[in-house]
Amino acid sequence: MSVASPNAERGVAVELTELRRSYGPVNALDSMTLHLAPGEFVALLGPSGCGKTTALRCLAGLEDPDAGTITIGGRDVTALPTNKRDLGMVFQAYSLFPHMTARQNVEFGLEMRGQDKSTRARRAGDMLDLVGLSSQADRYAHQMSGGQQQRVALARALAISPQVLLLDEPLSALDAKVRTQLRDEIRRIQLEIGTTTLFVTHDQEEALAVADRVGVMRAGRLEQLAPPQELYARPATAFVAEFVGLTNRLAGRASGGRAEVLGVSLPLLAGSGDGNVEVLVRPEGIEATPDPNGNATVLSAAFLGAHGRVTARTDGGEQVEVQVASAALPSFEPGQRVRVTPRGDAALAVAR
Amino acid sequence: MSQRAAVRRKQAIFRWVTVSVVLAFFMLPLIGMLDFTTKVRRGGRTMATWKTLMNVSEISTKYPALKEGFIASIGLSVITVVIMLALLVPTMTWVRLRLPGMSRLVEFICLLPLTVPAIVLVVGLAPVYSWVFYLFGESTLWLGLAYVVLVLPYAYRALDAGLRAIDVKTLSEAARSLGASWFRVMWRIVLPNLRTAVLSASFLSVALVLGEFTIANLFSRRNLQVAMYQLGKSDAKISVAVGLLSLVFAFVVLFAMSFVGAQRSGSRRRRRPLAAAVAPAPAGTGSVKEPS
Repeated sequence: MSVASPNAERGVAVELTELRRSYGPVNALDSMTLHLAPGEFVALLGPSGCGKTTALRCLAGLEDPDAGTITIGGRDVTALPTNKRDLGMVFQAYSLFPHMTARQNVEFGLEMRGQDKSTRARRAGDMLDLVGLSSQADRYAHQMSGGQQQRVALARALAISPQVLLLDEPLSALDAKVRTQLRDEIRRIQLEIGTTTLFVTHDQEEALAVADRVGVMRAGRLEQLAPPQELYARPATAFVAEFVGLTNRLAGRASGGRAEVLGVSLPLLAGSGDGNVEVLVRPEGIEATPDPNGNATVLSAAFLGAHGRVTARTDGGEQVEVQVASAALPSFEPGQRVRVTPRGDAALAVAR
Repeated sequence: MSQRAAVRRKQAIFRWVTVSVVLAFFMLPLIGMLDFTTKVRRGGRTMATWKTLMNVSEISTKYPALKEGFIASIGLSVITVVIMLALLVPTMTWVRLRLPGMSRLVEFICLLPLTVPAIVLVVGLAPVYSWVFYLFGESTLWLGLAYVVLVLPYAYRALDAGLRAIDVKTLSEAARSLGASWFRVMWRIVLPNLRTAVLSASFLSVALVLGEFTIANLFSRRNLQVAMYQLGKSDAKISVAVGLLSLVFAFVVLFAMSFVGAQRSGSRRRRRPLAAAVAPAPAGTGSVKEPS
């Protein structure tokens, strides 16, 4: 278990154990277990309807699990109402109280805790400072941009020094540039204050960029929980491999823990039965070289900035995406013959 | 160019004609009432009726029934508004938060009184009220309970428009996560954001209660309208003058309401002006019903 925060001692452990929650016939959570170390930043990733938001809302006390337990800092909070759980939460929808200024919004949680006016004002000032919005303190929500509103929401959530910070897709309503900025800022602040954080998102790039560990969810269960690099390089299942990053599905023949793909024998990470299988390989795990006697024909070549992507069709009829260096891109023209070869360690998983 | 100007002129004329006709339609009865209260039998004008009306001590000694009815109606307005708000605001908020499937049913129940004639309501309420009067005394203020039912449709519409304009669910969840109890969520977050809707629901209720005649009369209670009706038999001028006053009051209230809304919509984005918020409520029903 990796804990990146230097202020981890300030965070508390959070444990969701065997959580179940169903809506009619749909199992939103199916015996989900997730443990967060003190100060850890865990992102839950998955397609919509996979149960990631339900898990977060159960932790927040906004949904009641049908079964299972939730503890925060060793204390069982399963039956505790939201307002007694000591959490900070940032929502996907803009959630600033429209009749209050940014400062009043940030002060609200402190007021609920009965802190006096001067303490509140000082703390609100500090928090707005932390998110870089001191100059906007007297503005109302409708006078701020989406990004600013979410920053104030973050300041508001952190002002009460919560034991756990919950982020429910806080960036999805923002445009790409603001999203990246705020994402990095959330991580910086989280590292600075060391609050244990659960971040729910459907954007894999976001999850990989900020989290200590990323949990990929599918149909109410955690498919894999691992640090971002491991998740990318050694996905536990085909679902994880395909959800995180781009993958090619290539036909192969498996036998004895290896599979023959495009003429190359690749070791398989997870065991599979012998016979015909589909092996998942990332675009960067395949090499392409112009070769008149090659095994594929280029369909298209796209320039993506730092690198390029060549799409080719193999003689076997499979479409393959290959990542190439930008400098090499001009040597690939549609219709040209190329040789595509998987690297020796390229196989991620076997699709079932 | 000149053609366009001609079209514009035509539109302007049409606009003015429409406004004038509508104004005349509303104003003529009022002018008639004013005319009646100032007329002297042999020609000429007198302000005697209005002077009496403006003299509080004189009117309350000379027409105690009118005073009694007026006080009862004011009391009824307050009671109706308080009960209506206490009943509707938490219920509607709760339905929105926890029981969205019930919203159709709640709407149906709240709009139902529109389809029930007052006389039918009285028939249904008569046995209930006979017990209420028997057990708790014959106060006119008990009518407030029936009036709450009467104002439900209008108040519901106004509050519903207000609730639609804010994201109650997210706001209350945010407040809850920050440590607010449900009471604080209602008091500090929901109510302030519903201020215009609450105001418009209250104004509409007041206008309706001040104009209510049927139920009070059938239960032999004396509110403002009943008092006016009874007075009309002995002193028509005072009765009509009071009627005119209460009509003008209702108009002023409704007019003020649209201004309150407009002002607030200027300061807050996403907020609809109050006039739009209460658009479904027919103004005629909210205004004073004429006795006689």
